[in-house]
Amino acid sequence: MPEKPSLLKRLEFIDRRWLFLALAGSIVLPLLFPIPLPLYVSPMVQDLYDAVEALPEGAIVLLSADYDPSGKPELEPFHVALTHHLFRKNLRVVIVSLWPAAPPLTEIVMDRVGVETTYGKVYGVDYVNLGFKEGRQIVMKSMGSSIRNTFPTDRQGTLVTDLPLMEEVDSYDDVAMLINISAGSPGVKEYVQVVQSRWAVPMVGACTAVSGPDYVPYYKAVPQQLLGLSAGMKGAAEYEKLVGRPGEAMSGMAAQSASHLLLIAFIVFGNVMLYLSRRKGGA
Amino acid sequence: MDVQVWISYALTLFILSFLYKDNPLYKLAEHLFVGISAGYYIALAYQETIRPNLWEAVVTDGHYWRIGAFLLSILMFTRYAPKVAWLSRWPLAFVVGMYAGINVIAFGSGDLIIQLQSTMLDFLHGGMGAISNLLLIVGLASSLLYFYFSREHTGALGVVSRIGVWFLMVSFGASFGYTVMSRISLAIGRTRDLMLHPLVTAALIVAVTVGLFVWSRRGGGADQEIT
Repeated sequence: MPEKPSLLKRLEFIDRRWLFLALAGSIVLPLLFPIPLPLYVSPMVQDLYDAVEALPEGAIVLLSADYDPSGKPELEPFHVALTHHLFRKNLRVVIVSLWPAAPPLTEIVMDRVGVETTYGKVYGVDYVNLGFKEGRQIVMKSMGSSIRNTFPTDRQGTLVTDLPLMEEVDSYDDVAMLINISAGSPGVKEYVQVVQSRWAVPMVGACTAVSGPDYVPYYKAVPQQLLGLSAGMKGAAEYEKLVGRPGEAMSGMAAQSASHLLLIAFIVFGNVMLYLSRRKGGA
Repeated sequence: MDVQVWISYALTLFILSFLYKDNPLYKLAEHLFVGISAGYYIALAYQETIRPNLWEAVVTDGHYWRIGAFLLSILMFTRYAPKVAWLSRWPLAFVVGMYAGINVIAFGSGDLIIQLQSTMLDFLHGGMGAISNLLLIVGLASSLLYFYFSREHTGALGVVSRIGVWFLMVSFGASFGYTVMSRISLAIGRTRDLMLHPLVTAALIVAVTVGLFVWSRRGGGADQEIT
């Protein structure tokens, strides 16, 4: 009769699918049974909020929404909270996109927020959506010369010369702030390199968590290249808290924390098992 | 209930079934994804790029010079004809030259100079801030020295480059942590979508599980090693 493997041996070769199941449980259970956990606002997100908050009423903001459906879970909650913030403060917004899949997502956000129904804003006067333009950094550079020439029509095909808001905006010099929500390239990095460094326009950004570490140096730079930065769903949750509109990001934080704790436990467990098996092997 | 909900949920579960093992349901969803993505992006490229920037610009606005750009882009396809393949270098040279010009200046002014300037910090005054500044300077210098390959990493250089490795490891750890956070966020987003119609999700989970069970009992995936 073959000898039954020891507990240590069985744990060492545990079927990885049990780990997947545990991870799924750590995500699903907190979503089904929400646990209120404290949420602390990081300085980067607080600075982002403060920078927007400091803008005078009626100031014009250029919002570049550059993400696609794959970045939606991380960036849409921020986009929603930011849109609430911008229109609550009566700022005027010019929206552009350098990602082809972004304009429909922007329209969904505008509808969800109720820009016209809740905040009573008028298209063309309080905000415009210029849609997508191909050309990446070239479009960024071109907007520095003339936004109206770069985007001759808006998303619906209306001439920008027929939009009252666009009479006041034609380059980065005419906007009080550049806000970029990006899931990659072109995005925050390119805007900092091409636009912020040349036109010194005050800029804040939101990105996926993967890109977060790459952009932190722009926030830490002296002088600051980014006045504030929100990274991933965590940053979005913090912004929702600051804006006072708890949404999808805040409700996902319990699941995020539970799954992170589980992963930390897996890493510790894996290392302990490795240590024990090596000690046993060496004995 | 919308058929699209069933299709979307089923495809999500088909993809997740890969966590059990590679199987025909996963393969079906994978092939559908590749095909639809290709079609979607081709349509998007036409609607958002070619139509407004070429077709309408030429036909409606009379910007005939853009035909030159079109002809240049056609030359890209000469790669498929070996005798004239060299012509594809012209549009490539145009693209590479233009982006190199823009990016060199952008990187120099946006990244290199300001980031270098940001490392010139006071580490003698300012309490905890000074310690932070010192750490940054030591981390930067030691990490850079780790990538200095013109001398063997022994003696003082060895010690410093070893410190650099530690800083790099901390940086990789932070990046890994953020990456995990990002992937978990995507899982949360999709799970939340699946929870909007729990009965559909439950029915499909049962169907996928039964399907995988039958497939497995018939010997499917027997050659796959799971550890």
